[in-house]
Amino acid sequence: MHLKIHYYALMREQAGRSEESLETSAATPADLYGELTARYGFTLAREQLKVAVNSEFSDWSRPLTAGDAVVFIPPVAGG
Amino acid sequence: MLFRFTETAIDTDYGRSELLDSGAGGYVSFEGWVRDYNEGQEVTRLEYEAFQELAIKEGDRIIEDALKRFPLKHALCIHRIGTLALSDMAVWVGVSSVHRGEAFDACRFIIDEVKHRVPIWKKEHYRSGDSGWVNCERCAVAPDHEHAHHETAALTLRK
Repeated sequence: MHLKIHYYALMREQAGRSEESLETSAATPADLYGELTARYGFTLAREQLKVAVNSEFSDWSRPLTAGDAVVFIPPVAGG
Repeated sequence: MLFRFTETAIDTDYGRSELLDSGAGGYVSFEGWVRDYNEGQEVTRLEYEAFQELAIKEGDRIIEDALKRFPLKHALCIHRIGTLALSDMAVWVGVSSVHRGEAFDACRFIIDEVKHRVPIWKKEHYRSGDSGWVNCERCAVAPDHEHAHHETAALTLRK
C-alpha cells in the first residue's frame, strides 16, 4: 500500500525530510509510527503525539487505505 | 476563514476593522509577543511552523465554538509563521461584542484553545547557541499539556 507522509517541526528534523511517499504494510497510523520510528529513531513516544489522516485528526487505530496522507503531530506550541 | 496565517507582520488595524459592528459596545484583543526568556534560557529568536491545512480547520472550529458560547458580534485570530525577532507579534486575537465581559472571556477562551489544540510549533533559539522545539524536547512537558487539554474538555462537559 502506498502512503504519503508529511513531517513538521521536530518530526521533520528527525526524519530529515518534510515529506515522502512510501510503500508499507502498516494497517494503522499506530503501526506506521512504529515502522517509521524504527527507521528514523523518533524520540517522542506515540502517546505524546496526535495523528492526522487526510488533514483531519484521526484515531491511531483507524485502518489506512492506499493514497492516505498521514501527519504525526508532536505537542503543539502556538501563540 | 476566521483563523488565518501570515508570513509578514500582523496587521492589527486590518484585524480590528473586520470586527467593527454598530451593535458592538466594545472590542478586546490579545497580542502574543516573542519574549527574551523561557524556562531558564535566554531566547534570541523564534521560528514558527504550522500544518496549515489542519490548523486553519481547527482554528476556525475554535472561533465558531466561541461564537456559540459567548454573545459575540465577531471574532478573528491571526497567527504569524516564519522567523520572528524579540518583541515581534506572533499571534493576535480580537473579538467584538455587545458588552465587555463576554469579550474578555471569549478572547481568553480563543487564545487558550489555540495554544492547546492548533498544530503550530515553535522552535526557540537561545543565546547559548542551542535551540529546541517548545514542549517537544523535554518529555516532562508533554503530560502537562495533555492535562491542561483535558481540563478544558472537562469544562466543556460541565457547561
